[in-house]
Amino acid sequence: MSASVSSAAAASQASVSRAALLPVVLLSAFVGAFVVFGVGFAHSNVLHNAAHDSRHALGFPCH
Amino acid sequence: MLQALITTPLILQAETYETAGLSAPALHQAAGMGGVGASAELAPYAGGLTDDGRVWLAHSPGEHDEATGELGFLDSMIGAWAPEDGLERTLYTSLSSILTGFGFGLMLLAAMLLGARRIDAATGLQWGLGAFAAVALAPALGLPPELPGSAAAELVARQTWWVGTAIATGLGLWLLVGRGEPLLKIAGVLLIIAPHLIGAPHPHEFASRVPAELQGHFVAASMVSAAVFWAILGSALGWLWQRGEAT
Repeated sequence: MSASVSSAAAASQASVSRAALLPVVLLSAFVGAFVVFGVGFAHSNVLHNAAHDSRHALGFPCH
Repeated sequence: MLQALITTPLILQAETYETAGLSAPALHQAAGMGGVGASAELAPYAGGLTDDGRVWLAHSPGEHDEATGELGFLDSMIGAWAPEDGLERTLYTSLSSILTGFGFGLMLLAAMLLGARRIDAATGLQWGLGAFAAVALAPALGLPPELPGSAAAELVARQTWWVGTAIATGLGLWLLVGRGEPLLKIAGVLLIIAPHLIGAPHPHEFASRVPAELQGHFVAASMVSAAVFWAILGSALGWLWQRGEAT
């Protein structure tokens, strides 16, 4: 009984902290998308050449 | 905790990169393909394929030519910008692979935090495999990983299709697996299928100068390394997150 109560409390605590994390989550998703875009999709010559082999290896459309 | 979450995908991806290199010699071969060493081997197939810049020009005559005008000018510009073959090139490839792993890691973690009920190594692995299906398998069905020198349709159209397919598949998988309502499940299936009904942009004729056998090896190696990468990334993120929550 007490175990289930404490685990429920822990779960609610976890969900609260996760809700509080929302801005961080969105920021990390945005930063991640930005980085992946920069490496995988940006058309700049320099970026393309530097990341060329990775793009091919990861199956990004290249060229 | 955040520090650990941010730095570990880097190490992880580096490790995956190493394993990918070990388990997939074709990938290394591919990585060097635009380079001088491999071009000698491929010269019979690729005609005037001498360096990275030429490969690029050879099958992308559209927008880049318009933007820069003369072929010689672009060639010399790329010659100045492209990393040197050998160590430098490998360094840049490693760096960009690590960056990609870092970016994917951040996005996968965000997706898990938004969508997963529990986050541990086991669920992380599931999410990682889901991401593999969304980001590697589904786009590859329409646009298989290509070696330099392959014929392909216009770049922006392919990139758009690629991104759209990855997002639709990811969302569809989540609806299908993560939600109980039958209607949402059906919507998920439709989302997964839709990009393939629309169809990936393809060249009108298959005029690849790359040997088909090499291309086959490359696609297999690429898929295998992607699967390994996502499985490790997902498990490690889940494991780390759980460990962080426990403390």
